[in-house]
Amino acid sequence: MEEAGVLELDEAAHSLLDGASGRAMQLAMRLVVRAADIMGAERLRPISFAHVDACFYTGQAHVDFISYMLENGARLSVPTWTNNGVVSLDDPSLRPYAEDPVTAAGAAGLMRLYARLGCKPTWTCAPYQHGGGPGFGDHIAVGESNAVAYYNSVVGARTNKYGDYLDVACALTGLAPDAGLHRDEGRKAQLHCDASGIPESWRRQDIFAHLLGHHVGRLSGRRVPVISGLLAPANDALKAISSAAASSGGVELWHGVGVTPEAPDLGAVFTGAESHRLTADDLARAHRQLSTARDGPLDAVALGTPHFSLSEFAELVRLLDGRRVKPGLLFLVSTSRVVRELAAAKGWIASLISSGIEIPVDVCTYYAPRARGLKGRVMTNAAKWAYYAPGMLGVEVAFGSLKECVESAVRGEVWRDPDLWTSA
Amino acid sequence: MIRARVLTAFATEGPVLALDEPLSFWGAFDPKTGIIIDVHHPQRGICVTGAILLMRETRGSGSAPGAIAEAIRLGTAPAAIVLSEADINLAIGAEVAATLYRRHCAILAVTMEDLELLKKYLRLRIAADGVITPA
Repeated sequence: MEEAGVLELDEAAHSLLDGASGRAMQLAMRLVVRAADIMGAERLRPISFAHVDACFYTGQAHVDFISYMLENGARLSVPTWTNNGVVSLDDPSLRPYAEDPVTAAGAAGLMRLYARLGCKPTWTCAPYQHGGGPGFGDHIAVGESNAVAYYNSVVGARTNKYGDYLDVACALTGLAPDAGLHRDEGRKAQLHCDASGIPESWRRQDIFAHLLGHHVGRLSGRRVPVISGLLAPANDALKAISSAAASSGGVELWHGVGVTPEAPDLGAVFTGAESHRLTADDLARAHRQLSTARDGPLDAVALGTPHFSLSEFAELVRLLDGRRVKPGLLFLVSTSRVVRELAAAKGWIASLISSGIEIPVDVCTYYAPRARGLKGRVMTNAAKWAYYAPGMLGVEVAFGSLKECVESAVRGEVWRDPDLWTSA
Repeated sequence: MIRARVLTAFATEGPVLALDEPLSFWGAFDPKTGIIIDVHHPQRGICVTGAILLMRETRGSGSAPGAIAEAIRLGTAPAAIVLSEADINLAIGAEVAATLYRRHCAILAVTMEDLELLKKYLRLRIAADGVITPA
C-alpha cells in the first residue's frame, strides 16, 4: 500500500511545517497534513470555528500535549469553544480530590490550560445551544460526537469527527482536510429510514426522537441516513436524534426530509436503493434495548445528555409543578453555565433546587453521578445516557419520557405513563 | 517482504500478536498495564506491550489518540500496529507521543491479504520505510 500523496500545500502551510512559526504550530500542521494524507484529501480548507474535546482528561498525555503547545508558541487561528471537562471548575464537590487525586487535579489543570490557550470556556457538549456559533455552510472542526452530528445535520455546518489532538491542530492552523463531510459528495444519504408508517400521535411525543435516533443509528453504522416522516421536531428532538444515532451507530450526519437544511425533499440527498420502513416494533425494541432495569424502587434520575437546554428546563419546571422529589433520591440535571444562568434568571434554578434537584455544570453527565456515588436503578430520558451508563457506571437504567422521569422521582419508584404508547 | 503504507514511521521488531476482533484503544484497553480489558473481546486479559499487533481495524473513538499516546508514554504500547484500514486516530496519537516523549509505535496499513499473510509469522521486523520482513 503506497501513500496517496496527492495533497497540495501552499507556501503558508509549508512554512508552518518547516517550523517558521515555532514548534507548536509545526506539530499542529504536521497532524493536519497527516490526517489529510490518510483521508486522501487533495487540499486543506480554511475553517471558521472549532469545538475541542481534548480538554476532557483521559491521562497525563493530554496535559503534556497542551503544555508543550503552550510552551512552544501555540496560537488559535479561529474562535474555539470547549467540550465539558471531567470535573467542574464551578463546584469543588465535583472535584473529588480525596477519592482520585490524580484524575481530579489533572482534569482541572487540563481545563485551565485550554482556557489559557484562549479557548472560550463553554465547557459543554451542546455548544449549539449557545449563541454566536457557526451557521449554514460554515466549515468547522468538532470532536464531540453529538455536536458533530448536530452541527452537520441541523445547522448545516460541515465537519468530520476530529478526534483528540487533531481537533486542537485544526483550531491552531485554522485548516481541515478537504475530505469526507466537508465535500458535497460526502454529504449524500446512503440509506432512507421512513417513519411515516408510525402513528402520528406517537411521532409527536418527546420519547419518539430518542428511540428513533437509537434505531436509525443501529441501521446506519457510520453511514449517512435520511429520515422521512418527521413532524416539525423542536430543537430538543433534533438534539435527541443526533446524540442517539451518534452513540448507537457512528452517525456524523443525518438528514430529515423537510426538516434539516440540506433535505427540502428526499431527492435532494438520496438517489440510492436501501430503504427501511420503520415500524412500531422497531421503536419498542429500541425501548427494550435502552432499559436494562425492571420497573421498581428508584435510586436516581439523570437528565441532560447532551446538556439540558433552556426549553428542556421550562418543560421540567412545568412537569414538576413545585413538587419535591422523594427524599434520598438523587436527581441530577447536567447543563452548561450559560444555560444555567438563563434558567436562573427565570427563577427556575432556585425552584428546582428547592425541589431537591442538583444542577451540575461544566461536567460530563457520566462523571457527576460517579462523584455522587450513584448506583442502583436510575431513570433517564436520554438515549445516549441509557446506552453508555450501564457499562461506564455499573447502574441499571430505566429509560422513559421526561414526564415519566419526573413522576417517578416524586414517587420514588418507576412510574409508567398509561397515556404513552410505550406502556402498551 | 511486504511494503506497508506508513501512517507513523518507526523501525522496530517484535513478536506477532494477531487480534481476532477490532479493539478500541479507549475503554477496551488499559494504558497503565497494556492489557485488553473489554469483557466482550475474545482476547481479554492479553497484554499487547511490545508486540507487532495485527488487526483489521480499530473501533473508532475520538479518545483513541489520547489512549495510545498515554500507553506509549508509559511504555505499555505495542511496538507496531498493522491494520488493513488506515486509521487517523492511532496515527495522530503515535505522532504526538513521538514528539512529546521521543517514544514510538509504528502505525502501518496493508491489504487484507497481506495482513493474513503476516499472521503466519512468529516475529516480524519493520523498517522505517514500511518494509515488513520475518525476523
